[in-house]
Amino acid sequence: MSQYEWPDHATQPLIGKRISRLDGPVKSSGRAKYTYDYNPDGLLAGKIARCPYAHARIKGIDTSAAEKMPGVKAVEVIQKPGTEIFWAGDEIVGVAAVDEGTAEDAVRAIKVEYDVLPHFVSDAEPPKNLAPDTGPISQDDLGDMEDNQVPDDQVIAILQKQGISFTPSEKWIKAMEGEGTDPKVIAALRAAKVLPPSENKSPYKRTATTKQGDPDKAFASAAATQEGVYGIPCIVHCCLETHGSASEWSGNDLTVHISTQNLSGIAAQMAAPLNTPAAGIRVLQQNIGGGFGSKFAADRWDVVAARLSKSAGGKPVKMMLSREEEFEVAGMRPSGFARVKIAADKSGKLVAWQSNSWNTGGMGGGGTPPLPYIFDVPNQRKQHTAIATNQGSARAWRAPNHPQAAVITMCPFEDLAAKLNMDPAAMLRANMDILGPRAKVYAEELDIAEQLMGWKQNWHPRGDKTAGPVKRGLGLSIHTWGGRGHNSDQDLSINPDGSVDLKVGSQDLGTGTRTIIAIVIADTIGIPLEMVTVHIGDNRYPPSGGSGGSTTVGGVSSAARRAAVDARDQLLAKVAPALNAKPEELEVVNGVVRVKADQSRSLSWNDACAKIGAVPLTTRGKNPDKSKPPDLTNSGVGGVEMADVSVDVETGIVRVNKMVAVQDCGYIIDLKTAESQVKGALIMGISYALYEEKVLDPVTGRVLNPNLEFYRIAGLNDIGELVVHMMTGKGYDERGVIGLGEPPVVSPGAAISNAVANAIGVRVPFLPLTPDRVLDALEKGGRA
Amino acid sequence: MPDDERRKPEPESGVTRRDFMKISAVGVAAPVVLGSVMDAAAEDVPIQGPGKVSITLQVNGKKLSAQLEPRVTLLDALRDNFDLTGAKRVCDRGECGACTVLMDDKLVYACSVLAIDAQGRDIKTIESMAEGDALSPVMQAFVAHDAQQCGFCTPGFIVATTSFLQKHPTPTPDEMRRGLSGNFCRCGTYDGIRAVALAHAGGKQS
Repeated sequence: MSQYEWPDHATQPLIGKRISRLDGPVKSSGRAKYTYDYNPDGLLAGKIARCPYAHARIKGIDTSAAEKMPGVKAVEVIQKPGTEIFWAGDEIVGVAAVDEGTAEDAVRAIKVEYDVLPHFVSDAEPPKNLAPDTGPISQDDLGDMEDNQVPDDQVIAILQKQGISFTPSEKWIKAMEGEGTDPKVIAALRAAKVLPPSENKSPYKRTATTKQGDPDKAFASAAATQEGVYGIPCIVHCCLETHGSASEWSGNDLTVHISTQNLSGIAAQMAAPLNTPAAGIRVLQQNIGGGFGSKFAADRWDVVAARLSKSAGGKPVKMMLSREEEFEVAGMRPSGFARVKIAADKSGKLVAWQSNSWNTGGMGGGGTPPLPYIFDVPNQRKQHTAIATNQGSARAWRAPNHPQAAVITMCPFEDLAAKLNMDPAAMLRANMDILGPRAKVYAEELDIAEQLMGWKQNWHPRGDKTAGPVKRGLGLSIHTWGGRGHNSDQDLSINPDGSVDLKVGSQDLGTGTRTIIAIVIADTIGIPLEMVTVHIGDNRYPPSGGSGGSTTVGGVSSAARRAAVDARDQLLAKVAPALNAKPEELEVVNGVVRVKADQSRSLSWNDACAKIGAVPLTTRGKNPDKSKPPDLTNSGVGGVEMADVSVDVETGIVRVNKMVAVQDCGYIIDLKTAESQVKGALIMGISYALYEEKVLDPVTGRVLNPNLEFYRIAGLNDIGELVVHMMTGKGYDERGVIGLGEPPVVSPGAAISNAVANAIGVRVPFLPLTPDRVLDALEKGGRA
Repeated sequence: MPDDERRKPEPESGVTRRDFMKISAVGVAAPVVLGSVMDAAAEDVPIQGPGKVSITLQVNGKKLSAQLEPRVTLLDALRDNFDLTGAKRVCDRGECGACTVLMDDKLVYACSVLAIDAQGRDIKTIESMAEGDALSPVMQAFVAHDAQQCGFCTPGFIVATTSFLQKHPTPTPDEMRRGLSGNFCRCGTYDGIRAVALAHAGGKQS
């Protein structure tokens, strides 16, 4: 029986070491080609006429002037007169022309008349007296209840009373069962009445209040209670490569170059709207300039590009969003706010939690932050209000709703610690028994983080009492994520000439996907890294999951491991007679096939591969694959992060001096790219903690800062010292490979906000911690 | 583009930022009037465009020519007409540095220079900085220090870092923070880029 389990790191030349990414040279030399760079002869430029109003109905469209313009090759009405438009920037008419300037001129020549309707873009605290929504609950609502620890009896009561607005598929129900949902909840779901979605015209949709334990009694007897409002506004992904694609037809076959996190999933999404078989759609992408959760879909503009191409006789049409369009329509992270009441006993142990939370994710909602984050507080009362606003819809943003939940939980937690005059690290220790399955990890990580930050020497009670305007403070936060590997199929070939290549319909977001696959194959077979070629970015390769939710590394590494073990074992079976040995007596070390007990009996790699025969030796690796145990991936990580900041109380400017991240992610394949993921997450975290906010104009409903000047992201000068510690060794390595993209980006907002409160002695309630907010908090706190 | 595809010059109904750049660059002091461009009063400035004109650029030691509208930026000319796609279009308004190139050995944002104005200048792009298959020392250091993830900001950052290190071979941390603040990265690779510059200051490439 072949041995698929992950080998001990100590025995491996590459796995777990710091290996430079294989696509580093092509990227650093400027030769890496991205979708935006696709530039074939005859390329047409696609542009879109967009609605300038946040809410309107299309009255009429006149494209005649545009159609007559020289150089315009195709015009496609996307939304017809009579259609109600719900956000500014929505797509109305597409144009393809010989160059971008001509396409822009044509867009300007399109006349669209609108009936302008009232819009709503505020995500301020909802009115207090709203009645809970009693309509049927959606699939998302049910998922939100699950994330929010709503007790099963209350979920069942809601299902019985309100019904559901969707028909649950058997597959979905099976998945819920697999995740451990209580059979009584499943039964209630099956029995629930399916009703049409409620016609709630209000922008507010409030859930029923859910309760656990006896919060009133717990608050009444608590040693300390903290009440406050906390939150983060909507922020934007800001992928440096904007969304977009290039489509071209050859007969009935379509080729799509697209900037996507979901290469294997694009053809199926484009097939229906284009009324063409998915099998005839080729999807290609070698490199992607950032996704962060916003690039899973074949978007409407991608479909429009394909339609324009068809109208233009199949010529390639490239449709890349401008930066401004990107800000309006290509996704954002939902906001997250809450009025929180939290209480502890005198040892710092949390006894009660109450939250009235609200958020917006555009018209479609943005899910609900899981509150309280991580802590299973025994007594809870919670209610959430989703606010529909007239702006482009939310999309997944690295660890959806976790950063919001961390701010809404860890900031009041730290405020409560200050009330108890406790070190928040000590208060975290006092609550280890309610931190769930990762409690032991948090405890170990907290010790290490404290040392790396010098927490014990440098932490002080709230408010830096030293003289001078610059105050220094420390803060912390914790986070969790799943990160189980996704489905992945891969084809591995060992060729008779000795070359080794693997094909998989995956994508490398800069996380190092290519590199970790090659490392796994090289070490598993026993050959140098340079001998492995990894092919990704083509949907003719075996399908692999989208790169979201930190699922890629676990999926692709597990499938690569199985493919490589099988390939090595098959090769050894072919070579064994020549070495007069049994296959299990052989090993491959640095490309030499040899008898373990007598290393003088060996074959060079090329001589060994010559025994394969005329056609390559091929294997198919899969994840998951129950026929080839063990499970090589896992779910559930924990991290602790700490921030050291300086705040100038005269200017309100916050600077991050240092961040510490201590993170587990199971069995590490490439330590270098793993550390880079965490550092990148810290930087993105500093960026949203201090600078980022999508600002909507209440008068026009439009984005006021749709550019990288007024929507600020962190630069090299803003980040301070970054210290990353990966948890490895016993207790970690044997868990299998777990994803890392999301978890470390969760905590920085809360940790930095806590450090600022520690420095200046008052809480700045909302992120980003801009100078105006800091000065405002100082003034309200009587410290200005 | 074939000539028959060329757009006829015609009055614009509005002035966009791109048009404004075109207009203000063509006649240095030309006042903008909706729909037309007026001559500068005192200077004898030849009017170019708005149709295509012949533009010749000196790029990476080669003369490259194309028929371009005067509103076309250096960045778009490099990318769309000469297939030099190392410089990226990210913000398209001089904020992010992803399109950084050298013009007469000075760093410029190619999105904020018109191709017509770049004539007669010595343009160097990322494509000229690797010698054949051999990476430049700065490129090698970017690989070694993992100063790149998605790689979209990387070419601009490497042009900027190379030029910065030529001028400041042993940068202090403070010089480095200021000198490399003209480029944005979204994946968060600044720590690796700092390591590149510090290793250079210490006389090591990796």
